[in-house]
Amino acid sequence: MDLALIPNGVQRCSLKTFVPWMVLWIALIAWGLVSAFLCFFKGLNQTNMNHYFAFGLWIVFDLSMIALGAGAFFTGFLTHIIGEVFIYPFRENLKAVVNAAVVIGFICYSSAIAMLGVDIGQPLRGWFIFWHANVHSMLTEVSFCITAYLGVLTIEYLPLVLSNRKLKEVPEIDIFGSNLHHIIALFAAVGTFLSFFHQGSLGGMFGVLFGRPFAFREGFLIWPWTFFLFIHSSIAAGPSFTLLCVWIAQKATKKELIKRSVFNLLAKISGWLLATYILFKIVDTIVWAYGVVPRAGMSFTDFYQGPYGMWLIIAEIGIFGIIPAIILITPKFREKNDLLIIGALMNVIGIVFNRFVFSIQTLAIPVMPFDTFMSYFPTWQEWGIAVGSVGYGILLFSLSYRYLPLFPQEAEMNPVEVLGKVVTDSGIIKRS
Amino acid sequence: MFPFCFEWAWDVGHLIFMGLLYSVLGAISLGLLYAFVMTWLKITGRERLFQRLLIRFPITLW
Repeated sequence: MDLALIPNGVQRCSLKTFVPWMVLWIALIAWGLVSAFLCFFKGLNQTNMNHYFAFGLWIVFDLSMIALGAGAFFTGFLTHIIGEVFIYPFRENLKAVVNAAVVIGFICYSSAIAMLGVDIGQPLRGWFIFWHANVHSMLTEVSFCITAYLGVLTIEYLPLVLSNRKLKEVPEIDIFGSNLHHIIALFAAVGTFLSFFHQGSLGGMFGVLFGRPFAFREGFLIWPWTFFLFIHSSIAAGPSFTLLCVWIAQKATKKELIKRSVFNLLAKISGWLLATYILFKIVDTIVWAYGVVPRAGMSFTDFYQGPYGMWLIIAEIGIFGIIPAIILITPKFREKNDLLIIGALMNVIGIVFNRFVFSIQTLAIPVMPFDTFMSYFPTWQEWGIAVGSVGYGILLFSLSYRYLPLFPQEAEMNPVEVLGKVVTDSGIIKRS
Repeated sequence: MFPFCFEWAWDVGHLIFMGLLYSVLGAISLGLLYAFVMTWLKITGRERLFQRLLIRFPITLW
């Protein structure tokens, strides 16, 4: 039925298989929409956020998705800027995955902004942060940058959408798509600039909280060290998340979508960035423990109590930091499929832990003598919006995979044969 | 956000923050404008001008 929309030279499952797959994710989106409706209609009392936890599950999800979506800007930067100007091997290898990285980035940022629309409580006043901008606020910078970057991602996604087989038949659309693609390096450069600052400012936002010694850091000029650590950790985890998504797509479609060497390259980039990040993170933690903590009149163990105990720092830096770094930087480990995926998955979990610690644990720690160590657990409405965004992500990725040439190497790696003859036009399959 | 908003001040903070923001928005707009103009040139058959602009555009010189 939708055969005319499927890219040339590739095979897709039947619509009878695809529709039930979509229904599953639409159900999750419906849960998210019901939760959003309740939050708009009844207010933020539908959540377990309170005066202690102004940041909850949605901010953890937002920060994690923005960090994991960094694969889009970083892959684009390596392909279109570094690859075009300096190192050519990057370009050829990463071109195989850059489309998927853009779609993943678009999904991450659009769902993060949609989630923020609910989180701010009164979305009708959401434009205030732009119109009445406080230019000294890290959060203002984040708002401007993520909104502008979503625009850039939309422009980067557009040539891919316009390369749909049916849309390409309209000459004007085809020409516009190629012209847009011709200057994609400009948008990749703008995206890199915007991402550098908003990834950093998300970390800087916590680092400037001098009333909360758990998050407070000194730094360079106006930027606390968390500014640079957030950028570093996001570019370390982004390629791993892209790798993981492509691997899941391969498993779901039972096809090889990119060459093994591309997986290796992504793992190598991610691994070395993670290894250097973990090194800086350990130095940062030691300097903080012997500098900021005693100056605040506290001890290291004061910050790790209740449900947010010492296990968190061991999990974040040790288990989900050092171990995946070793796996990903060691050639003989990353060449084994199982270890490669475990390494990438642990890297992704590590970044989520990091964002969780900064968002939730920072707020759980008492700052007044009469305060106690708090804990927080989200309501079903909060989970609903988070899970709904996952459903939206899988749905959009599935639709993009089905109808757009997402993986340039797919046709070459999975030749479609009809009566023993390789075909490049899927229309022939129907006729045979 | 704009100089005509009441809280605007001509200080370093506003000049750097808003200067960078408008530079970024300007770069995005110019990129889109370029794509639209080149498409229009191609569709209307102005092939010579299209080729000249394509070669002169700095990104392709990389």
